[in-house]
Amino acid sequence: MHVEYISSIRARYERLGYAPYRWFYAEDAPAFTPLKKPLGESRVGVISTSGAYVVGQVAFHYKDDTSLRAISKDTPADKIHFSHITENYLADPRQDPDCILGLGALRAAEREGRIGELAPDIFTCMGGVYSQRRVREEMIPELHARFVEQAVDTVLLVPM
Amino acid sequence: MCHQTGSLIARYLEASGIPTLCIGSALDILQAGNPPRAVFIDYPLGHTMGRPFDRHNQRAIVNDALSAFESISEPGTILSLDYQWPDSPAWKSEAGSTSGDDTRAPRDTEPVYQMESDRIAAEAAGA
Repeated sequence: MHVEYISSIRARYERLGYAPYRWFYAEDAPAFTPLKKPLGESRVGVISTSGAYVVGQVAFHYKDDTSLRAISKDTPADKIHFSHITENYLADPRQDPDCILGLGALRAAEREGRIGELAPDIFTCMGGVYSQRRVREEMIPELHARFVEQAVDTVLLVPM
Repeated sequence: MCHQTGSLIARYLEASGIPTLCIGSALDILQAGNPPRAVFIDYPLGHTMGRPFDRHNQRAIVNDALSAFESISEPGTILSLDYQWPDSPAWKSEAGSTSGDDTRAPRDTEPVYQMESDRIAAEAAGA
């Protein structure tokens, strides 16, 4: 049985006296774009919502930060750090960033030809943004433009 | 929350003509957000791409996710990948607990660095 996050968070907030959070429930079916070519010939983009940043970059803040960081796909794991409002999930990623970013495994998939190539940078954000309006109006259009700039054929999303 | 943000991003990119796959560990939030294609990995949050320092497990998850990317043809499909968290199942009752305090960090607009030396490095890079 999987963990019911929405109902348990709702119950916990209610007990703590918080107003209930209004989760996004999709009302319509998602759009669907077939793969244009085999993954073995595709340039793959990645977005992780884990709050990863490279040492030397400005970290994320915890109040609806909608900004993005570009992390070169060749960045060594020990240069990748994290800031995310749900810090309790970061204990293991801070030891091994690959358990949430999968960069090592994705580079292996590239070497083995399972994907054509990884885009030069992966993108990260701090996904704990409470304002769905700000995600839609600020974060997503910027991210879309960055993926278009990188001429990706497909995108993998790894929410934390 | 992050899974919700992921679904919003995926739905937008897909509508803009970019095929997407969400790889997530919160099944109910994925179901609510209904992204175009998703795989569910029943691991504690923070480990969606595998167990720490287990390269074999991490590569297997990526390969299974890529296969799902190619095989899903029905919009809104969420495929459950066949992985079990190896330690005791106690993590699930803890993750789904309704008791305890608010585990979130305070919300403010100052960057929160993992280490103080990261702040110094960022300020030096920006100077």
